Amino acid sequence: MMEITPAHYTILSAALFSVGLIGVLVRRNIIIIFMAIELMLNAVNINLVAYANEVENLVGQVFVVFVIAVAAAEAAVGLGIILALFRNKETVNIDEMNVMRS
Amino acid sequence: MAEAFAFYTLSVLILGLAVAVITTPNTVHSVVFLVLNFLCVAVLYVFLQAEFLAVIQVLVYAGGIVVLYLFVVMLVNLGRSPEEHQDPRRLGLIGLGLSGAVLLELAGIIAYSYTREQSPPVAAAQASPVQGNIEELGWLLYTDYLIPFEVASVLLLVAMVGAIVLARRES
Repeated sequence: MMEITPAHYTILSAALFSVGLIGVLVRRNIIIIFMAIELMLNAVNINLVAYANEVENLVGQVFVVFVIAVAAAEAAVGLGIILALFRNKETVNIDEMNVMRS
Repeated sequence: MAEAFAFYTLSVLILGLAVAVITTPNTVHSVVFLVLNFLCVAVLYVFLQAEFLAVIQVLVYAGGIVVLYLFVVMLVNLGRSPEEHQDPRRLGLIGLGLSGAVLLELAGIIAYSYTREQSPPVAAAQASPVQGNIEELGWLLYTDYLIPFEVASVLLLVAMVGAIVLARRES
């Protein structure tokens, strides 16, 4: 209990991932949904760094650098899409974003 | 002892702030909680001897991405709450239940993998010619992982062009 093992980090990561998943599935504000996706990416990063530390191999940290780069790209494009949608539909509610639904 | 205390404090902070992010009705408050969450994760990285990632977390996430979110929240200024419109086909409770199921599944996987016999530790990484976290990470990025690194830079360029094209007003 007093010694922190990778299992502790895995459990923290799983809980954080689940919180992010609840945000994605339950909220309707698309900006909140994007933030919940960032939380899920962070949960994965915690896992990677914890095990990189455990096996003393830095490749896990290299992978986290790429995850952060992809998250930045995703945030930029996603927020651009939100702005374009808001300009056309005046909403950030995903239930009203059904232009592609017949 | 001190490490355990720090870990549990940070865990409670991270999870509490994450719950605050997805429950606050005000989107600006949500962004502020997200910054605090990222900062706590950065402290966790310091404990895991990943100093470079801690710095990157603060610079890129807390400094860059969150400012982007704040800009969009300010630009998308709604007179009415986005949660007002209720789609009768939407089943939020099922989403909550599914998330709980995923948490249970993850817990099961963790419990299962730790009750099984531990696999022998993987071979240690080959000796790096440099010392220190940032130096070793830079060495790996510019030798073994040079091509993924360049691909990531191209991806960022494409994302930048795409974001500009998407956000531009059509004249």
